[in-house]
Amino acid sequence: MNSLLAGPPLTGPESLASHAGRLGPMPAVGARFIDTLVQSRIAGRGGAGFPAGTKWQAVATHSRGDAVVLVNGAEGEPQSKKDRLLMSTRPHLVLDGAFIAARVLRARRVILYIGERHRAARAAMLQALAERNETERRLVSEHAAPARYVAGAESAAIHFITEGVATPTTMPPYPFERGVDGKPTLVQNVETLAQVALIARYGEPSGTSLVTIAGGVPRPGVLEVESTTTIADAVSLAGGASDQARAVLVGGYFGRWMEARDAWPLRLDQGSLRSHGLALGCGVIGVLPAGRCPVCETAGIMRYLAGESSAQCGPCFFGLRALADACTRIAEHGTNRDDLQRLDRWTEDVRGRGACRHPDGAVIFLQSALQTFGREFAGHRPHSAAEAA
Amino acid sequence: MTKEFALTVDRIKCDGRGLCAELLPEMIRLDEWGYPIIAAGPIPQHLIPLAQRAVEDCPVLALAFRRTERSKGG
Repeated sequence: MNSLLAGPPLTGPESLASHAGRLGPMPAVGARFIDTLVQSRIAGRGGAGFPAGTKWQAVATHSRGDAVVLVNGAEGEPQSKKDRLLMSTRPHLVLDGAFIAARVLRARRVILYIGERHRAARAAMLQALAERNETERRLVSEHAAPARYVAGAESAAIHFITEGVATPTTMPPYPFERGVDGKPTLVQNVETLAQVALIARYGEPSGTSLVTIAGGVPRPGVLEVESTTTIADAVSLAGGASDQARAVLVGGYFGRWMEARDAWPLRLDQGSLRSHGLALGCGVIGVLPAGRCPVCETAGIMRYLAGESSAQCGPCFFGLRALADACTRIAEHGTNRDDLQRLDRWTEDVRGRGACRHPDGAVIFLQSALQTFGREFAGHRPHSAAEAA
Repeated sequence: MTKEFALTVDRIKCDGRGLCAELLPEMIRLDEWGYPIIAAGPIPQHLIPLAQRAVEDCPVLALAFRRTERSKGG
């Protein structure tokens, strides 16, 4: 069984010698590799879960030997650590995937787009790049992604590299039509590219995913899990819920809250989660201990998401701020019917009305909180100093 | 297949002047911050001239027609 993190201990970047010794040289695949990728049914691991094969087909159709491969290691999701770990420890797997994409899509440029705060990851990727041959090195340039939530969105990454502004743009045109410098562009998450490196060698993906277990567990961090691993298994690998768990946030800040007992049996597999109306997204599994107030927790995350709006589209800029304010009023001053009604109305109003999916992700998150914590939102009272003592 | 038109807003261009909702209240209402919420689906035939006017008069050219195709009996 192959896996993404197989090989030497995860203490630093694997050398090219070790990587090639372990996996053999990078296979010379051609245009037909796209069919293999489509058949593998792998979905992007940046958050949106879009089928990789479909993306490659679209870029291949538009490429006139001038395509661009944008390696997305922005990882702007605050609790996610998996892309950083992968780049820091298995950089050649990511680079293999990027160069395979460049060959198959007839790309002239490969751009590494790595979060500016992910210093170890950037250093590892650049060190690995220095070990590659000159033909490969010449294709590559590196850009530090601003540490903002939306900077990893496809159109924001393209906007940043082309014009220096990491805000999303109106689509169409889509990246596969007009991306970096107007050229057809593949924007692909680093974990997805690492899977490409395995598919090119073995004909199929590893069958595993990288996830980050966060919140109320003794050992939060990144795990590589099989598609049969349940959320309960993953949490127990992270040391178990440190307190009795109240709820689990599946898929990070654009994900959904679930009652803990409903979350435990779910398998960490894209297809399986979809059948429950959930998404693996960026793979963050957040455990909320029973001692934490879900209303205050939700209000805090909504304030964060409102602050991360790129302030371009009115419904997102004003709507998320208003939603965050209403949550905060309930959290700080206690529940009231007007704010509960506003939350219901505004979540409906804001949805689908941005150039990017930022407002949609935020309201899906909030709606799941209102469902899962309906009782707490309806009965919330301010936490007085006396109560805390 | 029949060709139909729907209205679409460029959310980045739109800065909430609200003219569209005055010209075409049958299809466009404003949210609490003054930004248009457009009724889903194709523009009814009798409203097309008014929709045309709303598109042309948008001061920031954020409102546009989008061609949609609908298969009959589908």
